[in-house]
Amino acid sequence: MRITRVLGTAALLFGLAVPPAAADSSPSPSASSDAGAPTSAGTSFRTATEFEQGQDATASASTGDYLYWSFPADAGQRPTVKATVKLPDSHAAQTWQVDVYDGLRRRQACQYGAQTRTAAQGASSVELTCVMRTVRAWSEPWADDPLPGTYYIRLTAVNLTTADLGQPIDASVRVDSKDIGGSAAVDGSLAQPLVPGIAATSDSGDGDGDSAKAAVLSSLEPDDGWASGWWSDRWVWTAIGGALAALAGVGGYALTRGSGRPRRMPPGA
Amino acid sequence: MCALLAALAAGLAFPAAASAGEPTGDATPKVDLVLDVSGSMRTRDIDGGTRMAAAKQAFNEVLDATPEEVQLGIRTLGADYAGDDQKTGCKDTAQLYPVSTLDRTEAKTAVATLSPTGWTPIGPALLKAADDLGSGEGSKRIVLITDGEDTCAPLDPCEVAREIAAKGIGTTIDTLGLVPSTKLSKQLSCIAEATGGTYTSVEHTDELTDKVNQLVDRAADPVVTPVATEGAAQCTDAPVLKSGLYTDREEFGQERWYRVEVQAGQELRASVSVSADRAVGPDYGTLLRAVTLHGREIVRGEAAGNGRTDVISTGLRYPKPERDDDDSDKPAAETVCLQVTNSFSPAAGVKTTPGLPLELTVDVVDGPSHSADVASFGLGRGWWLLGLLVLVGFLAGLLWGWVSRWRVAVWRTN
Repeated sequence: MRITRVLGTAALLFGLAVPPAAADSSPSPSASSDAGAPTSAGTSFRTATEFEQGQDATASASTGDYLYWSFPADAGQRPTVKATVKLPDSHAAQTWQVDVYDGLRRRQACQYGAQTRTAAQGASSVELTCVMRTVRAWSEPWADDPLPGTYYIRLTAVNLTTADLGQPIDASVRVDSKDIGGSAAVDGSLAQPLVPGIAATSDSGDGDGDSAKAAVLSSLEPDDGWASGWWSDRWVWTAIGGALAALAGVGGYALTRGSGRPRRMPPGA
Repeated sequence: MCALLAALAAGLAFPAAASAGEPTGDATPKVDLVLDVSGSMRTRDIDGGTRMAAAKQAFNEVLDATPEEVQLGIRTLGADYAGDDQKTGCKDTAQLYPVSTLDRTEAKTAVATLSPTGWTPIGPALLKAADDLGSGEGSKRIVLITDGEDTCAPLDPCEVAREIAAKGIGTTIDTLGLVPSTKLSKQLSCIAEATGGTYTSVEHTDELTDKVNQLVDRAADPVVTPVATEGAAQCTDAPVLKSGLYTDREEFGQERWYRVEVQAGQELRASVSVSADRAVGPDYGTLLRAVTLHGREIVRGEAAGNGRTDVISTGLRYPKPERDDDDSDKPAAETVCLQVTNSFSPAAGVKTTPGLPLELTVDVVDGPSHSADVASFGLGRGWWLLGLLVLVGFLAGLLWGWVSRWRVAVWRTN
């Protein structure tokens, strides 16, 4: 994003008519290391394990468990949730499902991807994907569009035999986002991101010093903080459009004047 | 001026709001390990040794790895009475080591004395274990390790678990089955699901050690403890909630009402989760409505689903606009009624009381969201925009050129 901004400014400064394709969409930097990736999962919304986008969160659990993780997603991102479950050596056919919920615990739709998949008898693993809708900076309160804030992932087997209950499995989830950029930009923003418990944490954060280990519902932010919402590549497009319009105007004006001296003028006048 | 007053009022309201949902006072995490010492634990089928030997080895390793802040206790079932009388056998549960700050040597010595003896009274042992944990704000976990299903009918351990969960807030029962059998799996996973815990089937000593360690560590993770509240049947009697995390119980087909005060210029965010802690019908849903005192619906959140689930949840947000100067005669705060209903149906033969666990989060944050335009700041993007701007610029230049030529011509003729 910052590169786009610099490029855009440079293009403006030099008056170059660079088509702003460069400003379109850049893949989101998923440079976060796996150093702090969690190795366990929560068992409810309240106890969901937090992790950042780009990290591989893993957990060893049992078939039949409901595994919960949470991650932050910001405006302009289109997160893709990928989950892999390593199944025990022998088992009957079982169906696994990954669900995504937003900060208000509303279920979020997946645009595409295998959200539910049945592992055949004896299959060694099952892979699930959910490509979410683009996170918008603002939406009507009556809509359930994805908004900046915390998102919950729930991974579970939705169909399994009693004999398969409690068998050891290994699960891993990863979230990567595509930066959709200005095409998803709207004029509006939430005063605070949809982070559960934010009213309590924003108040107790300052003042008492012993809040270091106090339990909160959700504490993670995106790597570079929540976007303020004013920047989008629409600035670059519009500015370049304006510059091109000015150039075209000069061109049009020059056309009507012709080149050099008017033809009708007598020589030496 | 009004906005300033509203902001001041909001500032005053917040410190009180922050207290809800925060752990206070005695927040030590407590774990009670409940170990089956019934006669069947003598069977040699875990890594070549007896089930009891495996359990003892696992316990020794777990006791070494227990985090400092966790208070740990050990309870046994079927350890003392070897006779045939069911009544006596089903009372056979004892506290081996009280739930307290751990003295590793003492606890290990106590575990070493155990030898497989009697019955499997799971229900009574769970009840006693819940008493061992006592009250307190911290998270409370019971870890049940057994190799056979309950032999003390008619007391259903599943219902016992549900009652324990209904009595104390944040008590979770995790179960570990030492021998895979369908009947045991069914009973133990039922106990686990009744309290939001997990069931694991264990066949090796290291699996047992890892799992118990994982559960003890999980207890040590700080989590927000919800505050118990009781919703009313209608809005006028409903409890007034501040920002925080709440828990309640809602029976099948019951309505629960709560009230929240929202100042002008604040946004109410509420979400509700209704847990299925027992066998329920395959199709279910929940509805959360924000309603004015006069009964007008402001906004609703609804969710429906089918199939196996632990919870169904939904949420809503209601930004209350800033006050204009001309309606300053209206009160700054609005009381919003929250109505929670669920459409779970009980499976055949399932008790309907106590109600289903309900979790409610309320956040009242500053600043309503606002939007002026679909496009960001009225800016545009795309090749069509560029083309249009260039075309308009070109035409404007052309026009300007002609106009100035015409003016020069007029000036020249004069």
